[in-house]
Amino acid sequence: MENEGQEKESEIVTEVNLKEDFQASGVADILAELDNSLIGLTPVKTRIKETASLLLVDKAREKLGLVNESPTLHMSFSGNPGTGKTTVALKMANLLFRLGYVRKGHLVTVTRDDLVGQYIGHTAPKTKEVLKKAMGGVLFIDEAYYLYRPENERDYGQEAIEILLQVMENNRDDLVVILAGYKAKMDKFFESNPGFRSRIAHHIDFPDYSNNELLEIAEVMVASMNYHFNEESKKAMAEYIKIRKKQPHFANARSIRNAIDRARLRQANRVFNNSEGPIGASFLSQIEDIDIRQSRVFSGGIDK
Amino acid sequence: MRVTQGTFSFLPDFTDQQIHEQVQYCIDNGWAVSIEYTDDPHPRNTYWEMWGHPMFDNPDAAAVVYELNECRKVYGSYYIRIIAFDSSPGWESIRLSFIVNRPSEEPGFKLSRTEIKGRNIQYSITPYSSDKPQGSRYK
Repeated sequence: MENEGQEKESEIVTEVNLKEDFQASGVADILAELDNSLIGLTPVKTRIKETASLLLVDKAREKLGLVNESPTLHMSFSGNPGTGKTTVALKMANLLFRLGYVRKGHLVTVTRDDLVGQYIGHTAPKTKEVLKKAMGGVLFIDEAYYLYRPENERDYGQEAIEILLQVMENNRDDLVVILAGYKAKMDKFFESNPGFRSRIAHHIDFPDYSNNELLEIAEVMVASMNYHFNEESKKAMAEYIKIRKKQPHFANARSIRNAIDRARLRQANRVFNNSEGPIGASFLSQIEDIDIRQSRVFSGGIDK
Repeated sequence: MRVTQGTFSFLPDFTDQQIHEQVQYCIDNGWAVSIEYTDDPHPRNTYWEMWGHPMFDNPDAAAVVYELNECRKVYGSYYIRIIAFDSSPGWESIRLSFIVNRPSEEPGFKLSRTEIKGRNIQYSITPYSSDKPQGSRYK
């Protein structure tokens, strides 16, 4: 295999076929998967497609000997909770792997706790350990703004930031860093750390889901757990979404997932109490509207 | 005199890229890779100083090369080796060990002969560099 690769390289390449490269890289599969498995998020998908084509074209240019700087791939995902940032990051890691920009394509998810130490001299080794683990893949820092705590000048977060910046710059070929968090807080974080802003090429905003999208997501989730809605329970779910969205601590798709988990709980209870004699699979996987309507949300309470 | 210990020691020194590939081979086999250094090149000096912990959970060799370069910054004039440790048999088993950094000058070894009972000869070797105290052997 290695020999083949060398032979290919030694041939003088005068033209490239982008379509062929596209097919060979398997990127098409990931983009299609992105389209199918993620509902809504149109601006995000567009940005990812743009990025993918840029990277593909870059690779093609490289083959023809047109010099480019290796592109900066560090990204920032901002959006409300439950808008699919982590899911997209995972897909991104896979995409970059297929395109050959990261060697292993694994995703390491960390938060402040994993990077910042508790006493002097603890932070640097901790941060480096995480960075080393992420090399060859993607480092996903959730709620990145917690790294920076201006109110405490002895906070070790700043140290972690400095090491991060240094490695992001010097080991650009070894890892891709994705920062994620709420929009407003991220903006503030970048304002106070201009070094970060300039080292991140792609800022992607994740919009909130509309009611219809959330209902679609609910259906997909239910289907993936081998349950199904009927007409009434679907209507109940739509109403649930409408009411829940106005309540505090609404976390988009994550709230929907939790609601479904609780509905399953109530469904199990109902099935257990009402079952006399043998029951079939369809009965076991049917979510009735009563399972959803029993939620506290309908009586003015809050589901967390 | 060039010290030849471990694998690849009769080959020219590896570049970082070559080290990367060797280490990646170890990682892909599920071996834990670690970095060790010493300034005592005696062949019976088996236990070298550890540079950090063995890296058990890094899927990519870039991490090892990164640490190696950190180690070179501090102990650039020492011997540095990379060892790959296979834990699957349940006992200490080094699968691969190779030197990745050496002093610019290696003075070699002194061979001394001692005549013992019955006119037998006992041989021993001492690195010339170990005449000096530890830490000031290579500059």
